[in-house]
Amino acid sequence: MINIKELVKKPNPLASGHRTCRGCTAIPEVVRTILRASDKPVVVANATGCMEVTPTIYPQTAWNVPWIHSTFESAGALISGVETAHKALKRKRDMPDVNFIAFAGDGGTYDIGLQSLSGMLERGHNCLFVCYDNEAYMNTGIQRSSATPYGASTTTTPDGKIHHGKEKFRKNLTKIAIAHEIPYVAQAAVSHWQDLYMKAEKAFKIKGPKFINILAPCTLGWGFPENMGIEISRLGVETNFWPLFEVENDQYKINYKPAEQKPIQEFFKHQKRYKHLFKSENKHIIEKIQQHVDKEWKELLKNI
Amino acid sequence: MIKQNFKAITGNQAASESMRQINPDVVAAYPITPQTSIMETFAQFIADGRVDTELIRVESEHSSLSACVGSAASGARTITATSSVGLALMWEVLGVVSGLRLPIVMHIVNRALSAPINIHCDHSDVMGARDQGWIQLFCQNNQEVYDLSLIAQRLAEKAFLPVMVCQDGFTTSHGVEKTFILSDEQVKKFTGEFKPDRPLLDTNNPTTYGPLSLPDSFTQIKKQQSDAFNNIKKEYLTIAAELSELSGRQYKLFEEYKLQDADTAIILLSSTASTSKAVIDELRSQGKKVGLLRPIMYRPFPYDEIAKALSHVETIAILDRTISFGAKPPLYSDIQVSLKNKTKLQSYIFGLGGHDTRTDDIKKVFINLLEKKFLDEPQFLYEK
Repeated sequence: MINIKELVKKPNPLASGHRTCRGCTAIPEVVRTILRASDKPVVVANATGCMEVTPTIYPQTAWNVPWIHSTFESAGALISGVETAHKALKRKRDMPDVNFIAFAGDGGTYDIGLQSLSGMLERGHNCLFVCYDNEAYMNTGIQRSSATPYGASTTTTPDGKIHHGKEKFRKNLTKIAIAHEIPYVAQAAVSHWQDLYMKAEKAFKIKGPKFINILAPCTLGWGFPENMGIEISRLGVETNFWPLFEVENDQYKINYKPAEQKPIQEFFKHQKRYKHLFKSENKHIIEKIQQHVDKEWKELLKNI
Repeated sequence: MIKQNFKAITGNQAASESMRQINPDVVAAYPITPQTSIMETFAQFIADGRVDTELIRVESEHSSLSACVGSAASGARTITATSSVGLALMWEVLGVVSGLRLPIVMHIVNRALSAPINIHCDHSDVMGARDQGWIQLFCQNNQEVYDLSLIAQRLAEKAFLPVMVCQDGFTTSHGVEKTFILSDEQVKKFTGEFKPDRPLLDTNNPTTYGPLSLPDSFTQIKKQQSDAFNNIKKEYLTIAAELSELSGRQYKLFEEYKLQDADTAIILLSSTASTSKAVIDELRSQGKKVGLLRPIMYRPFPYDEIAKALSHVETIAILDRTISFGAKPPLYSDIQVSLKNKTKLQSYIFGLGGHDTRTDDIKKVFINLLEKKFLDEPQFLYEK
């Protein structure tokens, strides 16, 4: 397993000074960990979102690798076009093999980008689609997405006198990706970077469409101190809120089982978006969420 | 006359045939009536190994043009095709293509926009896209679809600007006509190799495509794009002249039919020009000095050149195949600007949703002009 010293010795695909928020777990770590796991040159397509906006304010760019952005909803189609062009041009002239990666947030993956992602997976493009899931539309200022978990307060599902945050469970996008019967699907979290690196490295070795869904806490949107993102991600894993697993050619593998599952409050308590759930009258909401987490974990274990 | 093969083919087949000879690296397309047969014919060329192209059978028009963005930015010669609401779904991406200066050629088989839903021809689809930074060429017939597709390929790649090649749905796209076809070798030589500028796939020299531009740079970038766009008329004429050496067929910015000594003229786009020419011939035989101007290049609009060609004409009718709700129709407005309000003009709206426009309709327009009957509002040309 790679250690941090070896990791940082590899060329940096995203220069410092990239303008993301202090304490952002999603962009610098996800990009650097995944792209450093590639043993070939990479080309990156990016959906509209924080990752797209912050590092590329013209005339500057933090990207040290070929990078393209077109629209919010088209990362899957965009990378399909790049990969197909490579296939066509490689027949004509000598070109190196390349790993193709699409990055999108949960908006560009779960919601507006779902059709385009599905098309890319179904057509079998040799690309890796990575979702950095910070569980709401953070780039436009913390509006709910279909990845926003039950109970979370966002600017479009605020806590009020009658309603107390989002009243729907999040879409299980990883399951949707698995339903495409592609060769590799994984869930990862920024707290477990070696696991993420291993998954990216594995994905790059597999031919065909790959999908990795990464839990990426957002300091602004979730409301936690800038130095706590990694710890909160870890609590997401320790509570089974976000299990780490992979599905390789239909074979499930749980990459990490907590020795003792922590109650969901442990994940919630550092985050302002869940603050209202700790009022005594909202206790039932936490119970409902806990039940849902337990049910999903049990269902996941059935696949092993 | 230069010896050429001819085929009895439809407008859509003429488009597919040009694509076969151009042999692009990538085509991404989604079926929609009446464009579908372009894609189907081309898919058969692939199935039979007659082209080397990679065809991406996408799940929507939004994705088709998005895949084309990725492909063209990568340095691959890229073509697509659509109609009507398919073009509407691409809307967001149209500006991305032109803003990123990607030389994509798109066949547009014109069809009305919904609602009510209608599969037949009018120009409401492409007219809505006229300000999106795509060069727009309008074809009268199948031969022009073929010839202008070849010109469009060269023009796009010369100027790093996208081109729409428009033909009338069903009338042209599904109508069989005798169409002269150059040899594969001639087309290969004419279109040459696409030489991309800083392609995305040059992994040794990474390029950032599609960054965020703030108010300090946005206007400057759009001004450069606008300048490049306005400068392509000359390139178009040079490329068209080069093709005419092979084909014997001349293309200008617009066609003039019996216009030189005309005192009365009509202006319209695409296939209805053929109908109009029959009427002009008939009226000419009666001694009437009537003529036609048919823009081929609609964007950029050749204001000065058209003004010059019309300088001697006293009365003009402009026939638009679309409505601009609450405003004068687009072609009418452009002609009005060209002529600086000096000439008496009448606006007509015709052929919406495939409504057939016959010689009698065009004759009515000419008679009204000759009798100097002018009305302020655009007149709808249909039997009530």
